[in-house]
Amino acid sequence: MAGHESTYQPKSRFERWLDERLPIARMMHAQFVDFPTPRNINYLWTTGGMLAFFLGVQLLTGIVLAMHYLPSAHDAFNSVEAIRRDVNYGWLIRNLHAVGASMFFLAVYIHIARGLYYGSYKAPREVLWILGVIILLLMMATAFMGYSLPWGQMSFWAVTVITNLFSSIDSIIPGLGTRIVQWLWGGFSVSGTTLTRFFSLHYVLPFAIVGVVMLHVWALHTVGQNNPTGLEIKTKSDSVPMSPHAVMKDLFGLAVFMVLFTWFVFFLPDYLGHADNYIEANPLSTPPHIVPEWYFLPYYAILRAIPNKLLGVIAMFSSIILLCFVPWLDTSPVRSTKYRPLYKWFFWLFILTVIALGYLGSKPPEGAYVFWARIFTAYYFIHLLLVLPIVGVIETPAPLPRSISEAVLGSGGHVTVGAASAPEKR
Amino acid sequence: MSHRFAFRPGLAAILLGATLPYLVLPAAAADPAHGEVARQHWTFGGLTGHFDDAQLQRGFKVYSEVCARCHGVRRLAFRNLAQPGGPNFPEAGVKSLAATHEVDAEPNEEGKIVKRPATLADHIPPPFRNDQEARFTLNGALPPDLSLIVRARAVEEATPFYRVPDHMLRDVLAAYQESGADYVYAYLTGYKEPPAGTKLQEFMNYNDTFPGHQTAMPNPFLGGDGMVGYDDNTPATVDNYARDVTAFLAWAADPKLEERKRMGLLVVAYIVLTALLLGLAKRRIWRGTH
Repeated sequence: MAGHESTYQPKSRFERWLDERLPIARMMHAQFVDFPTPRNINYLWTTGGMLAFFLGVQLLTGIVLAMHYLPSAHDAFNSVEAIRRDVNYGWLIRNLHAVGASMFFLAVYIHIARGLYYGSYKAPREVLWILGVIILLLMMATAFMGYSLPWGQMSFWAVTVITNLFSSIDSIIPGLGTRIVQWLWGGFSVSGTTLTRFFSLHYVLPFAIVGVVMLHVWALHTVGQNNPTGLEIKTKSDSVPMSPHAVMKDLFGLAVFMVLFTWFVFFLPDYLGHADNYIEANPLSTPPHIVPEWYFLPYYAILRAIPNKLLGVIAMFSSIILLCFVPWLDTSPVRSTKYRPLYKWFFWLFILTVIALGYLGSKPPEGAYVFWARIFTAYYFIHLLLVLPIVGVIETPAPLPRSISEAVLGSGGHVTVGAASAPEKR
Repeated sequence: MSHRFAFRPGLAAILLGATLPYLVLPAAAADPAHGEVARQHWTFGGLTGHFDDAQLQRGFKVYSEVCARCHGVRRLAFRNLAQPGGPNFPEAGVKSLAATHEVDAEPNEEGKIVKRPATLADHIPPPFRNDQEARFTLNGALPPDLSLIVRARAVEEATPFYRVPDHMLRDVLAAYQESGADYVYAYLTGYKEPPAGTKLQEFMNYNDTFPGHQTAMPNPFLGGDGMVGYDDNTPATVDNYARDVTAFLAWAADPKLEERKRMGLLVVAYIVLTALLLGLAKRRIWRGTH
């Protein structure tokens, strides 16, 4: 893909001059203008562009917020209120940033689900996929620290609960966990020191995300985009140029998503948050239910489903780390779940599982909630560790179209292609 | 063809998700002892929500004459009372109101801090100098500052989980964000005779809405209808006191609400229009490719 012929023609003397010294315009043209895009990609493929957009929104609004925010235990809560009340359009910038984080996660989860459904993690896209998992982890760390900054009750207690998880290491090496926790806190309890260092990290991590995103895009443009058939681009008729085709589609998808984004920013800015975070942090008063932001709820449910603290922490982290191994856990030679009649059912069961875990994570850990959290946690891991390898072996895939063009234009009958002769076999 | 087939497990998963609950779990029943918080009609709810100036002015009167004895609204400055999108009191009136309060001046040349009358720029002074003074005066109870109280409270609805998606959709489409106001109103009107057999702790009062039902705050409207005089012809009833002061506190917690919603309508309309145009452009560009 990276090596496709670019149609770039320097037009002015300056462009020719620059092209001989730094062919940046040539590269941008090859990668973002006439880059071949599968002609059959659907709207789920517009989430990538959306994510780039939201990263930009978060950086821009975040930089402005940092001009007015004061990262100390004494001033943090008041400065956020001052931003809301007294800074010109501060309420808007703050809502864009807070709601933007939620929308960022919504888009990234759709993006990941799309990758899982269409097998976008399979060879040769493993590195692309793993970079994506790293971005997810960085996003989670950034969002978690960002949530601590308003220094409300939920901020404070979320930090307390999550940092305390590391103390579970004490059950393997006595004392080590406690030392790690104190090192994270910068003291013997969550305090203003913790807040200040979280602010520092919250400011710097997004730039690390930008770096990994660049690698992610580089990897994507090396192997090319996957598409709903999971077939590779074979002929020119399988693709359309990125600009204007994919770009316009991305813009349309983004605009539709923006309706949702602005709806929440202007009409429901508090809907995705928690009322307790409008109470200033108070180390002496624990809220009755400590819940994280909605995008962490499934992991929180996994954490609490397991009675042993250390194992719960391990399960929670491995629920994400395991995603890195999905390219090798999935044994099917067919990429797209569209042609996998058996796996299809398991895929949707997995989606249901994640949504159910999200719901259970928002509920107190008692009674039937714990029972169901355990069932769904079990399926989460069974899906990744057993279903993916086994179904790939026992399933007979549906016939694949011969090419992307054929899938789009529907010419002629299907070729019966068994698993063994699937075109994208490794 | 293949498209429809591709989606069937998805549909099945949704159906399964929607029906499984009915089969396996008894609906999480609402705590019967807990007072139900009903949704009220607020002028500031919904997409075109706005504050009713007269209501905020009445609410401020109720706040000043009743609540302000124990609760501050320290995030409000006097100038806010005269700002558009709020109670919109005439500026001259607010100025003279401010002058009736005393605040600390800057240290004078001897280093002494003297008092001066408050100005528009000053924040409304709270009734107690610090938490300790409040607790000492009020049998150990600490009255919270009310500037953010409406945003800091919410009603946890006992929704059975199979109803969560449609309730969520209903609230998102209606832009419902007034559960804090509903709670505060229900709390203020929630004082009742304790049910037989209830053991009230010392200095505690029975409230139907408050979690646990025992609250340190006595019924603020014990004086009954007419305890606060209204200047307009709104009936001076306890129900109106609770409603009006809640509206005032809702504004105090979210003074930019009107600006936000007004701008929101324009922005959303603009983006819908942009999306339509982009959709048309996309169709034209992709014409002939499939």
